[in-house]
Amino acid sequence: MIYWNSFSDFLAMGGYGFYVWGSFGVTALIMAIEPIIVARNQKTTIARLKRQLRAESRADHRNTAE
Amino acid sequence: MKFYRFASPATFYPLAGALIPYFVAVSVVFGLAGLYLGMLVAPTDFQQGEGYRIIFIHVPASWMSMFIYLVMAFWAAIGLAFNTRLSGMMAQALAPTGALMAFLSLWTGALWGKPMWGAWWVWDARLTSELILLFLYIGYMALTAAIDDARRADKAGGLLLLVGVVNIPIIYFSVKWWNTLHQGSSVNLTKSSMATTMLWGMLLMAMCFWMYSIAVAFMRVRTIMLERERNTDWVKAVLEGEAK
Repeated sequence: MIYWNSFSDFLAMGGYGFYVWGSFGVTALIMAIEPIIVARNQKTTIARLKRQLRAESRADHRNTAE
Repeated sequence: MKFYRFASPATFYPLAGALIPYFVAVSVVFGLAGLYLGMLVAPTDFQQGEGYRIIFIHVPASWMSMFIYLVMAFWAAIGLAFNTRLSGMMAQALAPTGALMAFLSLWTGALWGKPMWGAWWVWDARLTSELILLFLYIGYMALTAAIDDARRADKAGGLLLLVGVVNIPIIYFSVKWWNTLHQGSSVNLTKSSMATTMLWGMLLMAMCFWMYSIAVAFMRVRTIMLERERNTDWVKAVLEGEAK
């Protein structure tokens, strides 16, 4: 079933190792980093919007108290 | 069925949030199956040796780079025609992922071209039109980022997307219309020039990339929704109600 005879064969990719793993490596890196950046972006956005919301409601309270 | 109900950010936000884990899970399953078939089971190529295995990411990335652009152009058309709020957000959420797919297509293409053609890059019709696609993505992102008013940014960006859509058939048919160094398509609706395991490996990887793109775009569109609709009651409810 498995095409390769050994793990070193698999890594060597018949002499194309640099090109094959260079392609797969960068793709894996991008597909790992992009979701992390997007998730972090979401977290900071939510935190900022929450701060703004709290600041607004404080300002509203002050206005009604006066 | 009231399909347009989901066009409202207030209903789409929780829906997308609930769907993201499923898209991630399906993407991982397709990816593992595709890598297993493509990298471990599929036989070697009689012309290109093991170097051909780059196809398992090169073709899915290229397909997604074109498909995402078409989806963005579709949203742009809807947005310009019906002035819907969601469409501009969708297009903006898809753009970075589309740009990354175009970049991956060019990157893996260069790493494939070097051993097979002896050159990282040639000004071939297929390669050049794909590079233009990357520039269109970058141009769209730069344009929308430069306009402060979100709705105006959507309109300007939408026009750019619709004008640029002419590039997609040029990419797709370039290997037929011109004498290119780039090989013709390996997959065809009627006949395919690949071994079955290769074909399935590639199709599974394409599904993996597709589901990945949806998951990331949904994540991104949710942030854009909160940001743009921050003065609405539903966003306030989301911000007060949950920490997620």
